[in-house]
Amino acid sequence: MWQEQLGGIYHIALKDMKTYYLKPPAISWGMVFPLAWTLAFYLRSPVDFAELVPGLLAMTMLFSTTAAEAVVINFELRLGTLERLLLAPVSITSVLLGKVLGGFLFGLLMTAIVAAASIFYLGLHPDILGLALIAVPSLMVFSSMGALFSVSVKEVFEAQTLLNLPRFFMVFLCGVVYPVSALPEGLQLLARLLPLTYTVQGLQASFFPVADAVFLQAFFMLLIFLILFLLPAIRLLHRRFR
Amino acid sequence: MRQKNAILTENLTKRYGDLLAVDHISFQVNEGEIFGFLGPNGSGKTSTIRMLVGLSQPEEGRASVLGYQLPAEISRAKRYVGVVPDVSNLYDELSAQGNLLFMARLYGVPRGEQRSRADRLLKDFGLYERKDDRFGTFSRGMKRALTIAAALIHEPRLLFLDEPTTGLDAAAARSLRGLISRLREKGLTIFLTTHYLEEADLLCDRIAILVQGRIVRIDTPAGLKRLVQTESLIEFSFRGDISALAGDLCSRLGEAEAALLEESRVRIYGGDSPQIFDAVLQFSRDNGIGIEAACTIRPSLEDAFLRIAGLSPLVMGTEKGGGKGKGKGG
Repeated sequence: MWQEQLGGIYHIALKDMKTYYLKPPAISWGMVFPLAWTLAFYLRSPVDFAELVPGLLAMTMLFSTTAAEAVVINFELRLGTLERLLLAPVSITSVLLGKVLGGFLFGLLMTAIVAAASIFYLGLHPDILGLALIAVPSLMVFSSMGALFSVSVKEVFEAQTLLNLPRFFMVFLCGVVYPVSALPEGLQLLARLLPLTYTVQGLQASFFPVADAVFLQAFFMLLIFLILFLLPAIRLLHRRFR
Repeated sequence: MRQKNAILTENLTKRYGDLLAVDHISFQVNEGEIFGFLGPNGSGKTSTIRMLVGLSQPEEGRASVLGYQLPAEISRAKRYVGVVPDVSNLYDELSAQGNLLFMARLYGVPRGEQRSRADRLLKDFGLYERKDDRFGTFSRGMKRALTIAAALIHEPRLLFLDEPTTGLDAAAARSLRGLISRLREKGLTIFLTTHYLEEADLLCDRIAILVQGRIVRIDTPAGLKRLVQTESLIEFSFRGDISALAGDLCSRLGEAEAALLEESRVRIYGGDSPQIFDAVLQFSRDNGIGIEAACTIRPSLEDAFLRIAGLSPLVMGTEKGGGKGKGKGG
């Protein structure tokens, strides 16, 4: 039974990559936006650019995973294709995990390209294992967040619009460009409640070695966010088919 | 010999808020038969199918599909069940072959058989030449055919067909009916919902008539027709619109019942024929609307359905998308 469910998750993720992610709109939203944003900062201050790389990677993870994830589930609910998936011997949980995995794989691809380009261009030497240990949960967190927004609303455009708010909020508050420590105390507290803060923190720890506790805190906080986003998304999708 | 049940339901019930969509229905479908599920829109046909294929859960009652209890064993049952929903819901972005291969993988068809099964179905459905074209570019009939092909890729034992010919042109619908007959010959059990009574008459071994969430009768098409064959059935065509006068006409018919087919055409069920002719002639004189034609007719499955379901034929016309949307039955 579990092999059947794993197979379903894998095939749904691959199908989503083919039908939604590897298309110009998802690629442009997932990669071009963070690159353009970073280029603006690079032109302003080329010398300190290496310090921006963790933030650039975090943004790429956030925007690439949520590029289509936020709309895919509602879009398929509307077309009836999600029901088609549920007619197969695949559970509702597996369908949602397949969708999350699709966003994850696309994010992984985009992040790998941006990471490789940054590392080679700037001659950086990050801890690759550390990078992977932060990237994997981060990509799953952001993909689950997209899925949660998607199943929380009924219209396709609602999810995308609603998701823009936390996305841009996080870009400014989570240490992508300005260190969290430089923010007013109230905003620092708010930043601690947002997952991108821990992605940036973990990535910075992978590029510029700090105490292990900083890295571990980021890793475990990301796991908590993953549970906080994934479980309600599964529950809400179940509710649609009660 | 006792036949095995492909589907068995006992007091199956589904509510949506205050609406009782399916009201304690019990029926069984034998293996190898084509079982028709007839009823107007909102009668609970699709709600019943959704419960039987695991897309929603019943509030009350029990059901089993191919011997698997629902909802506990639905995942196992799904391996042997194919479903063709009323909307062709494959992926527009994937090719015809891509859609079939994706479905084959989801259903766990062995890797070595996936492509050969997909190609065989594409040939059977006359779509092989267009196997690389995207589903989104197909005509409605081709989409319907590919949706059925997708439901057959895992070689199911039970096939649910929800309004399979709705929206198809006459040639495509005929071709599809031929295909359904061939599937039955291969031993597949088919659960068919349709608005087209001629289609049900032609294809089904047995038919359940569903009204407001309840099954009001289950019988063979011949058995259903026999219910009205003993009655007189007379159709009158008038020279003007009598829709506003239908109440007056009904009041003159005694035990007989009238159904308004069109503004100027009425069908009268039951009663004593000479008395009906007298009453209708008097109605014609009193209202100054001449009779153009009168004839006794052979009852069809539609007549049986209307008699059992108590529906106006104009309502059925609306169901088929061809009616005028209002009318008064007898």
